Parts: sequence; structure tokens; C-alpha cells
Amino acid sequence: MPEIRLPTVLRQHAGGQASIKAHGATLGDVLEDLVRQFPLLAGQVVTDEGTLHKFVNVYRDDEDVRYLDGLDTKVSDDDVISILPAVAGG
Amino acid sequence: MLRLGPDAHLRMLAHAFDGLPDEACGLLAGVPATGKVDVVYPCRNAAASARVYTVHPLDHLHADRDAESRGLEIVGVFHSHTHTDAYPSPTDVEQAPDPTWHYVIVSLRDSVPTLRSYRITDGTIDEEPVVLEGR
Repeated sequence: MPEIRLPTVLRQHAGGQASIKAHGATLGDVLEDLVRQFPLLAGQVVTDEGTLHKFVNVYRDDEDVRYLDGLDTKVSDDDVISILPAVAGG
Repeated sequence: MLRLGPDAHLRMLAHAFDGLPDEACGLLAGVPATGKVDVVYPCRNAAASARVYTVHPLDHLHADRDAESRGLEIVGVFHSHTHTDAYPSPTDVEQAPDPTWHYVIVSLRDSVPTLRSYRITDGTIDEEPVVLEGR
């Protein structure tokens, strides 16, 4: 099962866990399973419109999924999905 | 309170100067409960701008992984203001991702750089003391 690593700001919605295993063959499936396990994460990574939230960056191993196939990016059991907040300002 | 070792302080100032004329940015790692920054990760400003910054996403990922391998966490972000005071701009407040983080700003407006640190929670800015510690 792919492993999902959560940023500190989202761990409060996942029982304080930093790393969670979730089922799925694509990133979208894995994130859906994540929300099934932790409903408080709904809307935090994927918007209600079904797109990746602009305030997070998501990686499959070392690759930014926006440069892959977004939520359709294929994931395999030994992949690590990292979610990090987009850090920006002025 | 934010506690900085001498290396942390100097690395932030050096990265701020290196980034000119653009804003420079980076991430801070430590043990959250201590308020101490153990490692400074200078990052690329993906926005390449003198007015705004975006921590390069891959630099963030690598910093996060390195911090984890040291038993640390990312506990804050620093960036420079090239022509304004070391105080969070409305954009800084709007985009602050984590209320537990330290938000450090280095101002290069004057001949001597100024470094200040803040907490930003739900749009409220609270300055915190910065303590420089010896080796």
C-alpha cells in the first residue's frame, strides 16, 4: 500500500499521525481512501470540485504530481506520497 | 520565542544577501517544543521576484526529508524584504500555511540587516523574541 506523508498542519485531522497507508492505484484513489479513513481531511488536499488544492504540493516520491498526471498519476505499493503546504508570501 | 544558533542567524542573513535583487527564502528545522532552529535550509525563490517569494516545492521536499532523517521537523520559514521593514506583508499573512510555524523576516532596507520573527494565527500577527545563542 502506498504511504502518505502529511505535513504538520494536517496531522491534527488524522489523529496526529505523520504517515498513513492508503489503498489505490491512482493518486486520486489513494487520497479518497485517505479521506475515508480521516473524514476531517476532506477538502484539505482535494477541492470540492475534485482538483488538487492550490495551497498544497503533492509528490510521488521525488516528482511533483502536477508535472505527472495530477490526480490520475499512477501509484504503486512502494510509492511514498508526500503532501506539503505551498509556502509563499510577499 | 525563537532560539537561533550563530550559524542559523548568519545563514539566513547570507542567503538574503545572496538572493538580491530578489527576495530570498528558506526553511527552518528544529524540535517544535524547544523553539530552537537547528538547521537552516536556504531554498530557491520559485517566484524569482523582488516583491514576492515561493519556496521552491522541490527544495521544500528535500528539506523536509533531510529534517526528518535528523529527527527534526520544519518549524518555520524565513524570507527577505529587500526594501521594506521586517514586518509581515498582507500577502505573508494571507498565505501563512501553519500557525505553529515561526515566520522570520530579514529586512535589507537599511545598511544593517534586521531579523525579526512572528507567529501568524488566523490572520493575527504576534511578534516573538529572537534569542541568539552561542555555540
